[in-house]
Amino acid sequence: MRHLMNPLDFTVEELEGLFDLANDIENHPEKYAHACAGKKLATCFYEPSTRTRLSFEAAMLNLGGSVLGFSDANSSSASKGESVADTIRVVSCYADICAMRHPKEGAPMVAASKSRIPVINAGDGGHQHPTQTLTDLLTIRSLKHRLNNLTIGLCGDLKFGRTVHSLINALSRYEGIRFIFISPDELRIPDYVTEMLNEKGIPYEEVMSLEDVLPRLDILYMTRVQKERFFNEEDYIRLKDFYILDRKKMKLASPDMLILHPLPRVNEISVEVDDDPRAVYFKQAQYGVYVRMALILTLLGIHVD
Amino acid sequence: MLNVGKIEEGFVLDHIRAGMSLSIYHHLQLDKLDCTVAIIKNARSNKMGRKDILKVECDIDKLDLDVLAFIDHNITVNVIKNCEIVEKKELVLPKEVKNVIRCRNPRCITSIEQGLPHIFVLSDEKKEIYRCKYCEEKVDRKKL
Repeated sequence: MRHLMNPLDFTVEELEGLFDLANDIENHPEKYAHACAGKKLATCFYEPSTRTRLSFEAAMLNLGGSVLGFSDANSSSASKGESVADTIRVVSCYADICAMRHPKEGAPMVAASKSRIPVINAGDGGHQHPTQTLTDLLTIRSLKHRLNNLTIGLCGDLKFGRTVHSLINALSRYEGIRFIFISPDELRIPDYVTEMLNEKGIPYEEVMSLEDVLPRLDILYMTRVQKERFFNEEDYIRLKDFYILDRKKMKLASPDMLILHPLPRVNEISVEVDDDPRAVYFKQAQYGVYVRMALILTLLGIHVD
Repeated sequence: MLNVGKIEEGFVLDHIRAGMSLSIYHHLQLDKLDCTVAIIKNARSNKMGRKDILKVECDIDKLDLDVLAFIDHNITVNVIKNCEIVEKKELVLPKEVKNVIRCRNPRCITSIEQGLPHIFVLSDEKKEIYRCKYCEEKVDRKKL
C-alpha cells in the first residue's frame, strides 16, 4: 500500500503519470464522475484548514465518493488523549483513504505506519505539505507546458514558508532550473536549502529587490508573511508589507510570466493584479482539486479507461 | 588488581569512555541476553587515563554492534574465538538508531505520541548527520 508523506515520494516519472491523469480529469471530468462511487475519504484535520480540507473533499465528491471526518482536534478523540496510531486504526475501519493534517511534524507518518488504508499528508506543522507542492507543479506544467528550463522567483517569507522549501526540493529534480530568492534579510532562505542547491550545482541568486529581477522571471511564487511565525509583533508589522505586487510592478514582468501563490493572500498581491492574465493563483486552487483527484485515484489503485 | 578471566567466544569492548559502560550495556540490550557479561569500570589506561571495558561471552553473531559507532567511534571491538582475538572489528555508522537519542524538536510527533520509538536515520555519512525519521530534525553525531 502506498501513502504520500513527502513530495519526493513519487519519482519524476510517476509525477508525470499523475499530472497526465490530472490533466485528463481537467479535460474530461465526466469520465471520472463515478470513479470512486462507494469509496469514502476520511479528512482527519487536527488543526483548522479550510482550503486544504475543502479541496480534498471537493476532489472526492467530484469522483463520486463520499467524505467524513473532523476539522479540528477538539472535535476528535484526540481531545480525550487518543494517540494518532489508535485514531488511524479506527479510521481504517470506516474509510478507504485518509487525508491527515496535524500540527505535530511526522504525525501522518506515524499514522501511515499503523494504517490499513492509504494516508495522505495534508500538512504536518512546518514540515511538509506535499499536495500543495503537487498543486504548484501541476499548475506550472499545465500552463507553461514544462517543468524544466525555468527561472523561478520565490518572494516573501522564504525562511518559514514550508511550501517554498518543498517546491524548491521538487523542482531541483528537473533540468535547467534557476532560482531567484527575493526576501528581506530576516526572512532569507535557510542555509540547508542553499547547501542542497550548491551540492546539486543548481544556480540561484539571493536579492532584496523584486523590481530588479521581475523581467527575468518565468514564474513568480509569492508568499504571505505569516504572523504566527513571529515572536515579536513589531518585526511582523515591519516585514508584512515588504513586498506588494501591484499593476505598476507587473509592467516590468514578461508577458508570459506566471504569478503563483499558495493562498491565502493578504497584502502581498494587490487585488488590482487579479484580472491580469498572468495571475494564476485562483487557477492554481482549481489545479489543487485536479491533482488531489488524481492522487486519490492513484493511491486507491482505481483506473478509468 | 582486579582479575577477570578470559572468555571462550564473544567480544571485548575496550577503550570505552569511563562511565559509559552501563549505557552501552543497555543500548546493546545485554540485559535481555542470557550470557555472561563483565563490566569493568574505571580501569587504568595509558591512552585514556581511565576507561571502561565490557566483556561479553556469547555467540559472535548474536550481537548487533553498529550502535557502538553511533555512541563512540573510539571503542575497540575485539572478536574472541577459542580464547583468542581473531578480529578487530571496524565500526560502521548504523543506518538507523532506535531509542538511543531523543528528538528535541518540540513540534515533533514524538513529543506527544505515547510509545513511539525515537528513530534517527543516517542522512549524510560523511558529515555524520542523522535526521529524525518523523520530523527530519538534524542531529550532528559529532556534537553529541
